Amino acid sequence: MKRLMLWVPLALFFGFAGLAAYQLTQPKDEFIESAMVGQPMPQFDLRPASPDRPGVALADLQDGKPKLLNIWASWCVPCIAEAPQLEALREQGVEIVGVAIRDKPEDVAKFLERYGNPYTRIGADDLSEIQLAIGSSGVPETFVIDGNGIIQHQHLGDIRAEHIPMLLQKLQEAGS
Amino acid sequence: MIAELGLAALWLAAALAALQLIAGALSQRDESGELASLARPAAIMQGLLAGFAFIMLLWLFAVTDLSVKLVADNSHSAKPMIFKLAGTWGNHEGSMLLWVTVMALAGSLIALLERRLPERTMQATLAAQAFVGLGFYAFLLLSSNPFERLPEPALEGAGLNPLLQDIGLAFHPPTLYFGYVGLSVAFSFAVGALLTGRVGPDFARAMRPWVLGAWIFLTLGITAGSYWAYYELGWGGWWFWDPVENASLMPWLAATALLHSVSVLAARDALRAWTIMLGVVAFSMSMLGTFLVRSGILTSVHAFAVDPERGTFILALLILYVGGALLLFGLKAGSVAEGERFSVTSREGALVFNNVMLSAILGIVLLGTLYPLLTEAFDVRVSVGPPYFNPVGAIFTIPMLIVMAIGPLLRWKGDSIRRIKLPLAIVAAIMAAALLLVIVMGDYSILAMLGLAIAIGLAVGSFMPLRGRNLRRVPIATWGMVVAHFGLAVALFGMASESAFSEERLAAVEIGQSAQVGPWTVTLDQVKPVAGPNWTAIQGDLSAKYEGGETAILKPQTRNFWAPEQETTESTLATRWNGQLYAVIGNEAGQGRWQLRLWWKPFVTFIWYGGILVALGGLLALIGRLRGDLKRRHAKARLEEQARYRDEEAPV
Repeated sequence: MKRLMLWVPLALFFGFAGLAAYQLTQPKDEFIESAMVGQPMPQFDLRPASPDRPGVALADLQDGKPKLLNIWASWCVPCIAEAPQLEALREQGVEIVGVAIRDKPEDVAKFLERYGNPYTRIGADDLSEIQLAIGSSGVPETFVIDGNGIIQHQHLGDIRAEHIPMLLQKLQEAGS
Repeated sequence: MIAELGLAALWLAAALAALQLIAGALSQRDESGELASLARPAAIMQGLLAGFAFIMLLWLFAVTDLSVKLVADNSHSAKPMIFKLAGTWGNHEGSMLLWVTVMALAGSLIALLERRLPERTMQATLAAQAFVGLGFYAFLLLSSNPFERLPEPALEGAGLNPLLQDIGLAFHPPTLYFGYVGLSVAFSFAVGALLTGRVGPDFARAMRPWVLGAWIFLTLGITAGSYWAYYELGWGGWWFWDPVENASLMPWLAATALLHSVSVLAARDALRAWTIMLGVVAFSMSMLGTFLVRSGILTSVHAFAVDPERGTFILALLILYVGGALLLFGLKAGSVAEGERFSVTSREGALVFNNVMLSAILGIVLLGTLYPLLTEAFDVRVSVGPPYFNPVGAIFTIPMLIVMAIGPLLRWKGDSIRRIKLPLAIVAAIMAAALLLVIVMGDYSILAMLGLAIAIGLAVGSFMPLRGRNLRRVPIATWGMVVAHFGLAVALFGMASESAFSEERLAAVEIGQSAQVGPWTVTLDQVKPVAGPNWTAIQGDLSAKYEGGETAILKPQTRNFWAPEQETTESTLATRWNGQLYAVIGNEAGQGRWQLRLWWKPFVTFIWYGGILVALGGLLALIGRLRGDLKRRHAKARLEEQARYRDEEAPV
C-alpha cells in the first residue's frame, strides 16, 4: 500500500501533462461567436446618426435584399483601417448599413468626411443596446443579414482585404 | 561582435554542462575515476561563461544595438537607461537567458562551497543540476536565441511594453527568477540524495540555505508583484487570483512547506521522504508556472509573449524533469530509511500540520488554476476566481494560522499542552476579544472578521517563543522565525482590513468641486496635459484633506505612450500610517466634468510591510543558519586538527 502511494505523484503529474499536451495541440479560439447567428434581428428603430443618411429600423433589414450590418464608431481606430475595405465592398454593389456606437453627430460627420461614407443608412446606438442585443462585444464587427432580417454570419474585428471574397460569398449564400 | 561573443560563451557553457552531467553521472559508478574530479571545475566554468553571455546581452541593450533582433523588437533608443537594461529580461529570450545564468551561477556556488555532503551525493547533485541546465540551454540555443542578428539593422526599436516601464517591475521578474532557480538547486539536491539514498541532517543543512534564499526572493517577488498590480493596473485590488499570480504563489507555498520540513529533517532526522518530495514539488511548481505563463494555455491579464511552440518545448522539459524525478521518487523513496519518530504534540507535530495545510492550500490553488484547462477539454469555458479561492483556501489557512501561533512553543520530539497552557490561554483570549470587538464594530464578511482576529492573536503569539528568555541569547534563526511569523500577522491584518473597511467612490466632478471618500475630501483643482520622455498624459491635480486637517496633493494621469502606442492609467496614492487614499482619473464625462475613482483603504500598506517583514525574517534565519554552519565547520576542522595532533604525539 505504502509502495503504491509513492507512485501517486507521478500518476497525477502524467494526468496533468497529458491534459496540457492535448490542450496545446488544440487550436486556440479566443473569439466568442454571437449566439444570435441564425436568429432573426430583434425589434429596433435607431435615429439617424448623420444628417445625410436615414436611421435604421428592423423593417429596413427585411426588404428581401441581403445586407452587411457594420458596427462601428468614430472613436475606433481599427474602423479607420476598415474604411477602405467597406468602400471596396460598396463598389461591388454591397449594401452596407451602419450602426454608430456611443457617438456624437459632429464626430460621425468628421469621420465620414475624412474616411468616406460607404453606408446607405446609419443608425445611432447611444447605449450599445442593439449592439448587445445581437451579441456583438466590440467595434468594429460586421454581420451578414439576409433579406428576411435573419443574422447569417458574424465577422469579428476589422475587415481586411483578404476577408472580402469570403464576405461576398456569405452575402450570396444569404441571397439565395 | 558582442553578440557573437555572447553566443559563443553560451554554446561553451552548454558544452560544459554536458561534461558536468557526464562526469557526475559516471562518478556514480567509479567514485575515484578521473572524470569524477571534473564535475566541480566544469560547474564553476559553466557559471562564469553563462554570466559572461548575460553581460554581453546587457551590453547590447545598453548601447541599443539594433542589428540584434531581440534589441530591435524590445528596446528603443529613446528609452531611459534603466529601462533599456531592464529590457534585457523583459522578454522571453532574455528572461530565459537570465534563468540559465542564475542557475549556472548557483551551480558554481555549490561546486565551490559545499563540502559537507558525501562526495557521491555531491556529484549526483551536480549532475542533476547540469541535466536541468542542459534542457534550458537547448531551449535557448535551438528555439529562442537571444543573440540572433537581423539581416538588416532596424532603424528604430519597437519599444518596450509601457506597462513594464516601471521601476518596480524592472526588478520583479529577476527577483522571482532567483527564487525559482534557488528551488532548482533544492531539486538537484533532492535528486542527488534520491540517487544515493543518503538523506539525513547533513543533507537538510546543505539544502536549507538554498531553500531559504529562494524563499526570501519569492516572498519579495510576490510582494513587489502584488504592489505593482495594485498601483499600476489602476483597479484598486492587490491580488486577483490570476493564473500568472498563482504561478508565482504555488512555488512559494511549496517552498514554505519545504522550509519547515527541512528544519525538521535538520534538527530531528525525521520526514525524510516527505522533504525529498517537497524538494521535487517546489521546483516542479516553478516550471509549471513558467509553462502556464509562456505557453498561453491559460488566459491571463498578464500578456506575455505567448507561443504554443515554446509551450511544447517547456512541456517537454517539464515532463523530462518532473516526470523523471517523480519516477525516481517512486523507485527509490521506498529505500530511503524511515526517519525518527515523534509524538503528535511536539514541534514536529505542529510542523507536519503546517506542511499538510500548506500542501492542501497548494492543491486548492493548483486545482483552481488548472480547472479551466480541464473543462476546456470538454468545451466548457469557465473562469475560476475569488469566490472559489478565498473561502476554500480559508478552510485550510485559518487552522494553519492558529497552529502557527502556538506551534513554535512546543518542544521537539514530545511535549504536553499543559506545559504551555498560559501562553495558549493568552493567545486564545486575545483572538476571542478581537473577534468580539470586530463583530460589535460592524457588519463585515466572516472571512474579514476572522482574519482580523487571527492576525491580532498571531501577532502576539509570534513573540511568545521569546517569553522568559534572555533576548541577547536568542539565536538569530529564532529571531528570524519570530519576525517572519509576525510579518505574516501584519500582512494578514492588512488583507482583512482592506477587505472589511475599504470605501470606494466613483464621482464625476467639475474643476473646483470636491468628492468625499472615507475621511478624505478630495478636490479637483485642475486638469492639464503633461509630457514625459516617451508619453503624453492628461493629469488631474487633486488636493485631498484628511478629516479637514492635513492636505495631500495627488496627480493621477492617463498616459498615452507613443512607442508602442498604448494607454495606461497612472494611479496615485496618498499614504498615511493608517491607510492609503488611491486615486485614478478617467475620461472626461461631458460638461466639463471628469471621472474620478477614489478608494480609501485602511491599513492596506500592512500587506506589503508584512511581506517585507516575512522576507526579513527569512534573511535573519539565513544569516543565523549560515553562521551556525560556519561555526560547525570550524569546530569540525579544529577537532580534526586536534585528532591529528594527538596521533602524532602518541607514542609509537
